[in-house]
Amino acid sequence: MTAAGVPSPVSPLPLPLPLLSMEGITRRFGPTLALDNASLVVRPGTVHAVLGENGAGKTTLLRLAFGMLQPDAGMLRWRGEPTTVASPSDALRRGIGMVHQHFTLVPAMTVAENVALGERGMYDPARAAARVRDVARRAGLAVDPEARVSALAVGAQQRCEIVKALARDVELLILDEPTAVLAPQEAAELLAWTRAYADAGHAVVLITHKLRDALGVADDVTVLRRGRTVLTTAARAVTEADLADAMIGGEAEKAEKAEPEERAIVEAEMASGVAHRSSAPGPVVLSARGVRARDGRGVERLRGVTLEVRAGEIVGIAAVEGAGQQELLRVLARRLAPDSGVVASPDTIGFIPEDRHHDALVLDAPLYENVALRDVAARRGRMTWAAFRGETRRIIAAYDVRTPGESISARSLSGGNQQKLVLGRELAGAPAAIVAENPSRGLDFRATAAVHASLRAARDGGAAVVVYSSDLDELLLLADRIFAMHDGTLAETARDRETVGRAMLGGAA
Amino acid sequence: MSDALTLGTDLLEASVRFATPLALASLGECVSERAGVINIGLEGAIICGALGATVAAGAVGVGLGFAAGALAGVAIAAVFALFTVWMRADQIITGTAITLLAAGLTGTLYRSTFGASGVALSTPTIGATAVPGISALPLLGASFFNQPVITYLVYVLAPLVTWWMFRTHAGLGLRAIGERPEAAIAAGVSPRLTQTLAVLFAGAMAGLAGATLVLAQAGTFVEGMSSGRGFIAIAIVVLGRWHPMGVLGASLLFGAAQSLDTVFQSMGWREVPYQLFLAIPYLMTLVVLALASARARAPAALGQKELAEK
Amino acid sequence: MIRALVQTLVLLAVALATLVLLLVATGHAPAPALTAMANGAFGSSYALLSATPVRAIPLALAGLAVAIAFRAGILNVGAEGQLLVGATAAACIAALVSTHPGVPAVVVIVVMLSAGTLAGGLWAGIAAWLRTRFGVLEVISTIMLNFLALYLVGYLVRGPLQEPTRMNPQSPTLPEALHLPVLVEGSRLHAGLLLAIGLAVLAWWWLRNTASGFRLRAVGGNARAAASAGRVNVPRVVAGAFLTSGALAGVAGAVQYTGVTYAMYENFSPGYGYKAIAVALLARLNPLGVLVAALLFGALEAGANAMERDAGVPNVVVSVVEAALILLVVAADRWQARAGAQATTTVRA
Repeated sequence: MTAAGVPSPVSPLPLPLPLLSMEGITRRFGPTLALDNASLVVRPGTVHAVLGENGAGKTTLLRLAFGMLQPDAGMLRWRGEPTTVASPSDALRRGIGMVHQHFTLVPAMTVAENVALGERGMYDPARAAARVRDVARRAGLAVDPEARVSALAVGAQQRCEIVKALARDVELLILDEPTAVLAPQEAAELLAWTRAYADAGHAVVLITHKLRDALGVADDVTVLRRGRTVLTTAARAVTEADLADAMIGGEAEKAEKAEPEERAIVEAEMASGVAHRSSAPGPVVLSARGVRARDGRGVERLRGVTLEVRAGEIVGIAAVEGAGQQELLRVLARRLAPDSGVVASPDTIGFIPEDRHHDALVLDAPLYENVALRDVAARRGRMTWAAFRGETRRIIAAYDVRTPGESISARSLSGGNQQKLVLGRELAGAPAAIVAENPSRGLDFRATAAVHASLRAARDGGAAVVVYSSDLDELLLLADRIFAMHDGTLAETARDRETVGRAMLGGAA
Repeated sequence: MSDALTLGTDLLEASVRFATPLALASLGECVSERAGVINIGLEGAIICGALGATVAAGAVGVGLGFAAGALAGVAIAAVFALFTVWMRADQIITGTAITLLAAGLTGTLYRSTFGASGVALSTPTIGATAVPGISALPLLGASFFNQPVITYLVYVLAPLVTWWMFRTHAGLGLRAIGERPEAAIAAGVSPRLTQTLAVLFAGAMAGLAGATLVLAQAGTFVEGMSSGRGFIAIAIVVLGRWHPMGVLGASLLFGAAQSLDTVFQSMGWREVPYQLFLAIPYLMTLVVLALASARARAPAALGQKELAEK
Repeated sequence: MIRALVQTLVLLAVALATLVLLLVATGHAPAPALTAMANGAFGSSYALLSATPVRAIPLALAGLAVAIAFRAGILNVGAEGQLLVGATAAACIAALVSTHPGVPAVVVIVVMLSAGTLAGGLWAGIAAWLRTRFGVLEVISTIMLNFLALYLVGYLVRGPLQEPTRMNPQSPTLPEALHLPVLVEGSRLHAGLLLAIGLAVLAWWWLRNTASGFRLRAVGGNARAAASAGRVNVPRVVAGAFLTSGALAGVAGAVQYTGVTYAMYENFSPGYGYKAIAVALLARLNPLGVLVAALLFGALEAGANAMERDAGVPNVVVSVVEAALILLVVAADRWQARAGAQATTTVRA
């Protein structure tokens, strides 16, 4: 009965064999070293948190395990056997499943059809639905197999994704930032579920940058920093402070990598509160009264929102995905016409949308044309290209955009430099109001600090600033006042984590 | 009374006859579009199929003529697949080029091989095969079941494609590629393989349509004899709401519009502006497009060039 | 600019090599065929002043139509229908005027061209309306409208617009006084050439230097960013570009009617609207490039006819060359895009 590769039953097994082990993993993207001799060992029956800052290589490492990418060097063992995971379907065959941060569901299809996707042979809707019900019941997840995915809320879509993986009998489930899109209540439920699922003998890898999530639920923790594994430990043995140090790097390294001014900004940010408004705010610049508005699909997202923003303050909006913040920001920035209510906004507004690739830049156009894009609707007659080139050069210098010149395409800039260009464009000419949506999303440490500094400088220069961030910690760091948004309504809350968190869920502010 | 019945039978018989090549090409286009590939080079595949069928039928017989037609369609569709699926070139531009290419190639080969235009080449044809029993039924039986064998292939293929599309995992994968390629890729469906096979299938079906024009109808090859049927197929797929059975119905409607011309002429009604009847299905297609509910919309990733290969 | 030109010349050489291969494969001697082709395209004053440029004019105007639409991100494959409708409108004006003699010829010509422009624009306007109002893919709607235009012409030339003897399915022949003026005595080169050049230069300048031209390019480059960062009214820009495109295709039809065919009939266009896509693409959607590409296509077509007449090679062979050119341009672009993408792969973690 002993098949090749299975350890002989008579030999002593001091430790349970790791389910997955990755050693010395290196992976490059062009000139960038994304993973540098990284390692990860996942034991069966555990929740394993993989922590790290944006760009630390967490997702890349697990994408390698899921066969979406191949390592340049290093060894992957699955149940002790050296293994090459050639593709996601190969991974699924072996028992490795992954739920991505951006869901991979077909909206036009039902849950059952989505779960069955990628299999072979005949498809029987009734049997497929029964199977989904069965898998969901055993796993303790509520899903309706006949529901069309396009009609599901985010939480239900995520459960559908998990059921999709579980239906393939995976033994190792990788969840990439699963709580990022969830309301705190839903996130807590999901984390509790991963615990129960691991206790039943499976393994879960939780990719996250939230220390609280990691320590709350994980057995083991691996911390990645700049592509290297810097810490692997039992969760019991560490504190949040330990993990934070490991993620950000020791004092020495911080000093080594950060420029003096940037270090000052970081330190100022760390000592929360210091960076907040020092002088009294000015008159109301930006206001909404009783505003109602719909999204592109006609769903009412704002149900009577009232907000006043004064010159010289940063107002933070806290909300879970889909609470109406997108519409609120666009109404304030005059990108969306409200159905009813009164909006008063100045003529000059800087608007920094979350998705710069889709909403802020024409990637194939040169930088100076991208600068000229701002409010081009109001322009008449000829374009003064020489002037725009000059303005672009000024932005490049003032915002430290790393580029060989103003004539290259926006596509060839890195994400951080693209965002600096957008900021420079939108803050040019000292607009009276600035509306920013997740302005540091996808940016590294330094670029984030630069974005924060720019927004603070605009505030100190007398602008009324509204910021939404999906990262509550960023908001607490940046905002002078915080409003929580829940289901299309808005209320001011105290500036502490717990109160805001409750208010986002619709609890008392 | 019997005059009316005869007229009705003739009209229906002609509608089915005209609808047959349209339905063949449209079923292929339906599968291709469900996989996210709109092929306006279908016109080229039809004319290639027609020439392939002409050459092979003269040399080795009618049956192999159909096979050769399908093969010729596959060959030109392979070029389309190479550009659109493997190089991710724009589908509309490539389709336009393929139509031009096929028109040029078939014209050049035909004239070079069989002499200048005017020398009509006559091929054997298949006649109608009455289905015993059913064809004796008045009106529907006499029109739908007194047709060449290739028409019966359409009757079989439409439900078969429907079944495949909605009751097999491969069909599920195909629809997923057309709706949300990222999701299909994540589930292990290969977009390249799926789309290539879909495009080649559409090519084979368009080739069969071309073979039908020659071997079941005209009995000869004429340059440009596809006369826009590849584009009509795109209209039919829209009117049929991207469903094989809907495509069958829409083909019949377009076939009926085309048959009116013939019927009017046979009745001696020369003053009837038949062009207006020909225009009706296109108008209907536009109206359907405009009023289609979300469910009857085109596949979400139709014509999408890049697959988000992140 | 220079690189694009060099690249185009290389592609042209490859396309001609394809032609040679095809000639050999079909049993034609390449040398005499190519000589006949060159002579037909450039070898005589007739070729230089009539055969080549006259064929280029409708391709240039329709190519501009396609280029403007594609620049705005609109896949207008309806230039064929818009061109037919434009020519038909001009023919209708001619029919109306025939019952009102005494109107100055210049006025009639201007009105005919304007009517063609307007009709082409309105025909495209249907597709624009369907896209902005209902989200209908313009690829599909413009194909439908091409058929509708064709049937409309078929109906009119057998009905209200048929010539007086009612023998042939075509419109009455345009009186000579209403023809577009000929530029060079003894040639067929008509004033449409000046119109094509003028419009190409205007379109080039407009796209490059004006705010509305920039808005059009921005919408084509990234409509969402144009709306969000530029606060551009995207549906309005799209509709405007679509109408402009249709108008250019329409005037192409009216020019062809008043300058070359002098009558309207079903096979009025041998696929100008589709070849225009090839022309625009070969020109990399640059209006000035469209002029060059159209001349090249005109030369190819003129050469192909001479090749058939003098060397017995079927003239449809030119379609293969045109198709090869499109495919080569597409392949080169994809190759470059891939090379560029590899150089700028960004890390996502």
